[in-house]
Amino acid sequence: MHIMEGYLPATHAALWAAVSAPFVIHGARRITRLVRETPEVKLLLAASGAYVFVLSALKLPSVTGSCSHPTGTGLAATLFGPTVTAVLGTIVLLFQALLLAHGGLTTLGANVFSMAIAGPFVAWGLFHGLTRMGAGAALAIFVAATLGDLATYVVTSLQLALAFPDPAGGIAGAASKFLGIFALTQVPLAISEGLLTVVVFNMLGRYSRSELKALDLFRGRVAS
Amino acid sequence: MMKRNLILLALVVMLAIAPLLIHPPGTVEFAGADGQAELVIGEIAPDYEPWFQPLWEPPSGEIESLLFALQAAIGAGLLGYYFGLRRGRRDADPAADDTAAARADRPRA
Repeated sequence: MHIMEGYLPATHAALWAAVSAPFVIHGARRITRLVRETPEVKLLLAASGAYVFVLSALKLPSVTGSCSHPTGTGLAATLFGPTVTAVLGTIVLLFQALLLAHGGLTTLGANVFSMAIAGPFVAWGLFHGLTRMGAGAALAIFVAATLGDLATYVVTSLQLALAFPDPAGGIAGAASKFLGIFALTQVPLAISEGLLTVVVFNMLGRYSRSELKALDLFRGRVAS
Repeated sequence: MMKRNLILLALVVMLAIAPLLIHPPGTVEFAGADGQAELVIGEIAPDYEPWFQPLWEPPSGEIESLLFALQAAIGAGLLGYYFGLRRGRRDADPAADDTAAARADRPRA
């Protein structure tokens, strides 16, 4: 989902940076408060960031014959909320931009918006919406992580379509081309991420009940 | 729970292997989606020149995979440490977890 260095016109790059910055700043403030008020979840926060690190390093083959990677942001978004996840995702994207030349500094704002803001907001909203409607935690986390992952790639496709409208088909035409690459490739990977996140969530329910309670994840309901 | 997790993990492995079986060797490249997007940009806007270059690029594919492996290792190491620690704590004192949970229930000042 990385938009490569220099591949967004300067105006777009600046715009996406301006849109993303407030979310990351808000998230950084929330992390400071969280660590001060609930220090027992510090390690869980680090583990959630580590999850983003692992998953976004795994380049997996897809049925479309190309490779892509999951995002890993659904877990942190569910546990800590989307803006905290924006900070974690930004750290990973910086690592990849600086050391791997994947993504870039000029495209960081746009990549942060798709992977560390849009995806996490979708995951967070779906998880809380579904659990409030009475869905089980496992189902809710699966749907949240899967569609959050997919949302990231849909947003990347739209970002590229806005920057590079098709001469014949316009923005919509370009969007369908980019969606054909990113979103289609991502479908099985998103499902993988959903399944993996359920596994991690199961383990948290078993070993980390005190932290889940401290985060008030189920509004008083104990995670099973 | 253990059994359910193993089934889920097996499904993930199947999802990763299936594409390799569907496409006979040599028919597709399994190239990165990012690179394919670059090609489409080249078709849509042939005149577009990237206006900024990465400050540093891995000098070879080997170095790149080293850094990707490092990224995964840092993440996996931390996750393993976390669950190892939590599991050790829980096994050492199963009651402690509930005490901590009760403490977290208390309203904070």
